[in-house]
Amino acid sequence: MAGTIDYAALKKGGFMRQKQKGYFSLRLQVVGGNLTAENIKTVSEVAEKYGHGYVHMTSRQGIEIPFIRFEDIEEVRAELAKGGVNPGVCGPRVRTVTACQGSDVCPSGCIDTYGLAKDLNEHYFGRELPHKFKFGVTGCQNNCLKAEENDLGIKGGMEVTCDHDACIHCNVCVKACREGALSVQDGQIAIDRDKCNFCGRCVKSCPVDAWHGESGYIVSFGGLFGNHIYKGETLLPIIKDKETLFRVADAAIGFFEDFANPGERFRLTLQRVGEEEFRKRIQEAYNG
Amino acid sequence: MAEISFDEQVDITDKVCPLTFVKAKVSLEELDEGQILAIRMNDGEPVQNVPRSIKEEGHQILKLEDNEDGTYTLYVKKVGD
Repeated sequence: MAGTIDYAALKKGGFMRQKQKGYFSLRLQVVGGNLTAENIKTVSEVAEKYGHGYVHMTSRQGIEIPFIRFEDIEEVRAELAKGGVNPGVCGPRVRTVTACQGSDVCPSGCIDTYGLAKDLNEHYFGRELPHKFKFGVTGCQNNCLKAEENDLGIKGGMEVTCDHDACIHCNVCVKACREGALSVQDGQIAIDRDKCNFCGRCVKSCPVDAWHGESGYIVSFGGLFGNHIYKGETLLPIIKDKETLFRVADAAIGFFEDFANPGERFRLTLQRVGEEEFRKRIQEAYNG
Repeated sequence: MAEISFDEQVDITDKVCPLTFVKAKVSLEELDEGQILAIRMNDGEPVQNVPRSIKEEGHQILKLEDNEDGTYTLYVKKVGD
């Protein structure tokens, strides 16, 4: 091997140094957990030809192809690109955005998670920051994608209203609600807004569609699931539109960029700097 | 409240998810369009989920009654053949 290897540059391009000298595990960019059949074929061919004939599924919906030799890196990149497969990133930057299947496919989904993951990825993927920054999008309170373990987690929800004229008093929603937010009072369905967690189960279960749900995003900040574990915190009301969501995400990332020390995760920055300034900034972004 | 009259009944309290729904669905298949099935189910997961699954199958839910013995009865009108 001629010259010195720029490991940082390779890491940025998704190539992670293995313990075996001269070998790299290549991380791929699997946005929202989706790959086309064509993508998979290409990955399979590359793993067969340049790797050891297998792939590793990462904890964040990614695929890595281990045992890529240093001298093959350019060729591997080119072959993957032909099949529409892009490398992921490692190191101090925004990582691939993950997502569950969401409302396009899942009966429980409250938002189009894949569409949102693509938008977020397009907007933020690879952005240089003091440390890694992870986005995750989950479609509903079932939380299959574990929103709160991300630096910025987004969870689909619904703000619900009942059309009492359409209600047939079947009481299905009262039992469908797992938060105990619904009851019958004076022959009419009543909602305790303090208990409602925006899960939308009343909307989904209502046989006559008397419940209406306005979809929105429940955002959590500062999740961490590594050496230390913290659950991301929801500091804002449910967000109803993408524009506001992106303003809030911009403000959160901006705060991280401005205040974090190199190698410091978002949560630790929030703790060190204090949440007050952060709350102020995201509230401003939320207000518009 | 007036009792709802029904054509057939099925007890799914002996099943656990997802067989609760399967048993209810099989019973519905045996009905003619417009007939009403009374489904007795347990509190908890069945009553949280079975009504919604039946709605998603396209049938018409009429009423969920609390039997006050830890079970509920769901009245469903069959839609479609």
